[in-house]
Amino acid sequence: MNALTLWFHKTGSPPTAYRLAGRIMPWCYGLGLVLGLVALYGGLVLAPRDYQQGDAYRIIFIHVPCAWMGLFAYFFMAANAFIALVWRIKLSEVLAMAAAPVGAAFTFITLVTGSLWGKPMWGTWWTWDARLTSELVLLFLYLGVIGLHAAIEDRRQAARAAGFLALIGVVNIPIVHFSVNWWNTLHQGSTVRLMGPSKIDGSMIWPLLLMALATHVWFFGSVLARTRIGLLELDGGKDWVRAIALGETEARA
Amino acid sequence: MTPTRKRRLIVVSLILAAVGVAAGLTVLALQQNMTYLYSPSEIAAGHAPAGARFRLGGVVLEQSIRRAKDSLEVHFIVTDRFKEMPVEYTGILPDLFREGQSIVATGTLKDGHFVATEVLAKHDESYMPKEVKDAIEKAKQAQAATPAD
Repeated sequence: MNALTLWFHKTGSPPTAYRLAGRIMPWCYGLGLVLGLVALYGGLVLAPRDYQQGDAYRIIFIHVPCAWMGLFAYFFMAANAFIALVWRIKLSEVLAMAAAPVGAAFTFITLVTGSLWGKPMWGTWWTWDARLTSELVLLFLYLGVIGLHAAIEDRRQAARAAGFLALIGVVNIPIVHFSVNWWNTLHQGSTVRLMGPSKIDGSMIWPLLLMALATHVWFFGSVLARTRIGLLELDGGKDWVRAIALGETEARA
Repeated sequence: MTPTRKRRLIVVSLILAAVGVAAGLTVLALQQNMTYLYSPSEIAAGHAPAGARFRLGGVVLEQSIRRAKDSLEVHFIVTDRFKEMPVEYTGILPDLFREGQSIVATGTLKDGHFVATEVLAKHDESYMPKEVKDAIEKAKQAQAATPAD
């Protein structure tokens, strides 16, 4: 076994991962909170009004980063589910299942904020166009994964079954992203583009990108926190968990 | 890689590929069915379902909005810059409804004009402050004025 594989196995072992996650997690939360607050101030106060929508456009600073995170979290979950299915790595199973509720929350926020913006701008809360429908399917996929994971008693079997569902559902990701290009939708096309110039003024884009960074960092903090609990649950009877539990009671006494 | 892991890797990848192909074919098949809206040109070509409700999409033609004095009835023309379609609607229009704005109207065709039951404004993906918009307009006007001199 070479050094890299050894390091990989060590880091992936539940006790080490538990400790490592505990060290990284507060930094993620702290950084996410600070960046998020700066981005919120920049988006809600510093950024100028839009020429057409006035102040109502400011929902973009919540809506778009959350929509990106909904897709990113799904990709993260599916990639870990793939690793878990092929290599049966415990940590990947736990990571995949930890990402599901976080991604579902981001998707839910996306749907709610989009709906709030849609009423005054489009004139309707909801319409069955390709983008909105595929985003709703994304939320249902998350809920399906969470539900399936909760329905099976054996934790490892549950993670494998739910991971399989997560992996199948990955076909929805390109559909969500490209729906505005493939079909005539009420939802507008992408404003921020990786390729070519973005369709948003420079004075408005920096809070948006900062918020995207903040949500990413927060996502990892949240996933790591859930992973720690997942690892404790999975290894409930093992010595290292017992040691932590005993240490906590001793510290409290 | 152990044979078991290799086998799992192949099986999982194959399933993923199969699901991907199935989804791709479904998307292709839906391409015709999933039209959210029809443009005036498509309606003129007879693609819109006759007698059934469908969505009409296009731009509100400049200086075509006529409002009734004593009711919420409004008449305007929707165009895709090739064909035009007169629209009749009674109700409250969204904030973004104005001349030159993209809209989506739901309703039916009746004697060559479109009777809408719902009008939605489609927003484009550009965001900019008013000052920038004004500067762009000014530049456009200056450019339009130059050849005339």
